[in-house]
Order: sequence, then structure tokens, then C-alpha cells
Amino acid sequence: MSTFVLLTITGLGLGAMYFLVASGLSLIYGLMGVLNFAHGALITVGAYAAWWFGDQIGGGAWQRLLIGGLFGIVAGAVVAALTELVLIRPLYQRPVEQVLVTVGLALALGALVQGIWGADSQPFPLPGWMIDTTSIFGASVPNDRFVEIGVAAAVLLGLTAFLRYTRFGLVIRAGVENRAMVSALGIDVRRAFTIVFALGGALAALAGVLSGVYFGVVDPGRGTSLLIFAFIVVVIGGFGSIGGSAIAAVAVGLIQQYANYYSSSGTGDLAVVLLLAAILLVRPGGLAPKVAH
Amino acid sequence: MRRVLGIAIPAAVLIVLAFVPKLSLDIPVILNGPLDSPGTLQLLALCLLFAGIALTYDVLFGFTGLLSFGHALYVAVGVYMTAIALTRWEWGLWPTIAFILALGIALPLVLGAVSLRVSGIAFAMVTLAFAQAGNVLVQKNPYGWTGGEEGTGLNYDHIPDAFVGVLNTKNLYWLALGYAVLVFVVVRLAVNSSAGHVWRAIRENEPRVEVLGLWPYPFKLIAFVLAAFLAVLGGVVWLLLIGGATPEVTTANFTLALLVMVVLGGAGTRFGAMIGGFLYTLLDQRLGALSGSSRVQDLPDVLRVPLSEPLFLLGTLFILLVFFVPGGIASLPARLRGMRPRREPLPEEAAV
Repeated sequence: MSTFVLLTITGLGLGAMYFLVASGLSLIYGLMGVLNFAHGALITVGAYAAWWFGDQIGGGAWQRLLIGGLFGIVAGAVVAALTELVLIRPLYQRPVEQVLVTVGLALALGALVQGIWGADSQPFPLPGWMIDTTSIFGASVPNDRFVEIGVAAAVLLGLTAFLRYTRFGLVIRAGVENRAMVSALGIDVRRAFTIVFALGGALAALAGVLSGVYFGVVDPGRGTSLLIFAFIVVVIGGFGSIGGSAIAAVAVGLIQQYANYYSSSGTGDLAVVLLLAAILLVRPGGLAPKVAH
Repeated sequence: MRRVLGIAIPAAVLIVLAFVPKLSLDIPVILNGPLDSPGTLQLLALCLLFAGIALTYDVLFGFTGLLSFGHALYVAVGVYMTAIALTRWEWGLWPTIAFILALGIALPLVLGAVSLRVSGIAFAMVTLAFAQAGNVLVQKNPYGWTGGEEGTGLNYDHIPDAFVGVLNTKNLYWLALGYAVLVFVVVRLAVNSSAGHVWRAIRENEPRVEVLGLWPYPFKLIAFVLAAFLAVLGGVVWLLLIGGATPEVTTANFTLALLVMVVLGGAGTRFGAMIGGFLYTLLDQRLGALSGSSRVQDLPDVLRVPLSEPLFLLGTLFILLVFFVPGGIASLPARLRGMRPRREPLPEEAAV
């Protein structure tokens, strides 16, 4: 029982990171039709920016994590917004070229981070409280798992409220459903593009910071591995659907943890791919219809 | 005239390439040894091999318009399964060949049938997921077959002597050249067949193909299986060339490299993709040497760090290419011609 509880909470923690990456990817794809391959690089940039800035300011572990994390998120948003303005916008309505550009950017950014800080992972200093454990139903759960789950839940609520109750949210939801109609009604969809890209970048960077907390290290290869599972989450959840992403992220995180533990290590990753294949055979459009809600 | 040139130029290139191991020319900067030295032959063989593998990817991406992010899986199947059959299972040469040929058709048939249920970007992601499953399997090292992170060596007992040893690098070179020629001929035949015409129609406008009364699915599946099968063969050649299997071949970055090669040369053109694969491999290998050289190491950090990462240079080059030379290297002659006052009509116009 205690193992099961531990696995469940750890799986939710992993799912939280998948959700943060997938929600950005899903919104960007839903609104603009761009598959952002550089999203993995943004995770890495966020994690390393947080780690580097925390190192620069020094001080206690809490201060380093919070201020460094904030810096990482801003860095992710800025890099993403610049990507959209400089690289994506000139290639408007050429989706394949847009994907290719983000592929080039993913390679270049990843290599740059590796060139500056080395190919080895770097320890990510954590406050003592996060390393401590809390006992739940006899299971000793590391406290950082609650941070990841809490942050993702807050993002889910905030994002849903943003999409449902603000004007920009309305434009984004309408754009996901029918971009041409929104433009025809005289609304500048391109401004929404930049905002969604920056938002996605910030969420990816946040996932990068949380991956530093979850694994205790920052690693140049982490972005790519998180990105691949986030892609799976996006396909299972349905493009452009935040709710679908959340459900799929939880399912993928849990299945991965359970299978890795109860079978052998690595089985979980295979099980997730099988789940993807099964969903595609039954419902090629993913769990949710293409609506941002 | 154009037809004669279209046969004469490739034939001339082929003859020159076939005689490379007999030449002891020095080509400074680009190569760091005479042409007939084993090191140079190995590098050129890799370039030729990747010219072929890039063309197999072009069948999917350039000719049929299928953006696959999982092509690495099939190269990896060729590399790993041959190594495992020969080394771990200690099979003979012929059973191994039969097994690889069967697997090279069966696996893409099954995986292609599933992933082609979706199209566009979803297809890209699903192929990526399958390739990732391959990567996980290799890392997981089931029964100690794949060797995990370290990869696995190759047992040479059942491999013909002609392909073993440094002295026989020239034979491996010819093998790689043969592979590139084989892929070229097969792809040429396939693209010019009636199925090949449907592929290009699917690339241009899939709904229109359906309206015209054709079911695109089996045609896409044929393209997928053909490309994957040829990629598996490429993996076998690669295994012989480097004498072992490493997990890098299973990563998503490997497929991305194939994509970069095809776009670099020009998607949807046979020679373009091959030139792209050749050049990318040469650049990748030689930029690595450049970054280690003292000339780069003495530069200030701002320049040294980016310059010592080949992937940074290739990624940046790729972005510039997509922006400024969208048709790749293959489009350069037409572009240059377009700059001068035109004397004769372009081929498309002449055909009309």
C-alpha cells in the first residue's frame, strides 16, 4: 500500500511536468498550427537560467530557487517571444518551414547550452524542506512532489480562468476553433500568437525549473526526453485542449511509474507508447475535440 | 541534350567515386589525409552511406510529403538486429540476412499501418513515439543483447573476410558506394512508377487525390515500407563500416539530422538529398575536428563556445537555409540562372 501511494504521488509529480510542457505545445499548435520542436530547448533554457541565476545571487536555498526560478521563467518567455517574432512570423502560412526552423533552433540552443555549461548534469540546490519526506498512509513521500503537483494544479486553474474569462482568452479560444474567421472579424490574431508563444515558453521553462527540483540536477538532455513524452500527451489529449492535456498527462505519468516499478525499468516508457497506439486506433483525434477549454 | 547530360553527369561522378580508393591525392582543409588512406576512405564511405540514407528519408518527406520523426528507428533496426543476430545469437551469415530482410519489411508494415491512421503533425509525433520506444528498448538492454549505453560490438566470425580489417577499408567504401547507387536506382524506379506519381500527388494535395477516386492510405504505406526497408539496409552497411552499434542511432536527434540533410540538399530531389547527406556528414565530421583545433581553442569564449559545438553551427546553418535558400542546394543552379537575363526557358516551361 505504502509503495502504491508513493508511486501514485511520484507519477502525479511527473505528470505535472508533462502537463506544463504539453499545455503550451497544445495551445501553440491549436492556435497557430506550429509544432514547436524548440519547446524542449526552452525547458533546458529555463532550467539552466534558473540554476545559473540562483548561483549568481547566492543566499539561502529558498531564495535561490524562487528568484532563480522566476528568472528562468522570464528567460523562457523572452526566448519564446523572440522565436515567434524573428523566426516564425516571417514564415507565416508555411507550416513545414516553421517546423524546420524550430528543429534548427532546438539543435542550436541545445548545443549552445551544452557548450557553455558542459554535457554533464549539474546539481540543483534544494531547500531542506523539499528533500524531507512526509508520511502519507505509511509512505514516505519527498515533499518536492507536492510542489510540482501544486504548481501544475495552479497553472491548470489559472490557464482555464485566463482562457475563459479574459478577452485574450476569448480570442485564443476562437482562434483555435477558426483562425480565419477571427481575422475576418478584424481582430489581430498575430498579437495572440506572440502571447501564446511567450506563455508556452514560460510554462516550458517552469517545467524545466520543476524538473531541476524533481531530479535534483539540471541536465542538457532533459528537455528532449520531457518533450517526447509531452508530444505523446498532446496527441492523446487532443490538440488545443488544456483539459485533455491535463488528463492525458496524469494518465501517462501514472502508467509510467506503475509499469516501471511493478514490471521492470523502462517498461513504463514502452507502455505509454502502446497506450498512444491504442488510442490512435480507437480515437484518431485524441481524447478531447479540438476546443480550448 | 538535357537527357544526355542527365545520364552522363551521374555516370561520370560514379566512375570518379569508384576509383577514389586507387587515387592518392591530397585534398587540404576538406580531408586530412590522402584519398586512399583508410581514415579518409572511412570518412568518404560514411558520407556515401548517409547520402543513401538521406535519400530514403526523402522518399517519405520530399516525395510523399510525410513528415516522419521516427526514421532513425529503421536504421537502428538494421544496425542493432544484425549485430545481435551475429554476436549474441551467433547465427550464420545467411540466416541473419534472411531475418533482417524479413524484419525490414514486417516491422515498418505494422508500425506504418498504425501511424498512418493520423496525418500531418500527429503522424510526426506518433512516429517519434515509436522511435522513442526503440530508444528505450536499446537503453533497457533486454537479456544483455543491446549493451545499453555502451552499445554492442560485432562478432566478425561469419562476416566475409573482404569486409574485415583496416586494409579492407576500400571494400567497405565500395560497399557504401554500392548502397548509395542501389538506393538511387530503386528510388528512381519507384518515383517514376505510377505509385510514385500518386505519392507526389498526395504531397501536393491529398484531399484532391481522394476526390479523384484514389485511396491514399495504401500508397503512403508503400512509401513508408520502401523507405524503411532501404533504411534498414543502410543500417547493416553502417554496422559493417563502424564495427559496432551505439545508442546514438536510436535518438530523435538522428532523425532530425536526416531531416536537415534532406532540406540542406533540397527536398523532393534525388541528387539534392544525396548531396545533402554527403555534405552534412562531411561537415559534421570535419567541424568536430575544427572545434578541437588550436585556432578555435585560442579564441575568446564568446566565439570559442559556439564554434566548438558542431550541432550549433549545423542548426544555425539550417535555419539560415530554410529562410534564404528554401529549395536547398539543388535549387541553386536555377536560382543563379534566374539572376542572369534568361536565354532559354526553364525546364518546366519547356515541357509545357
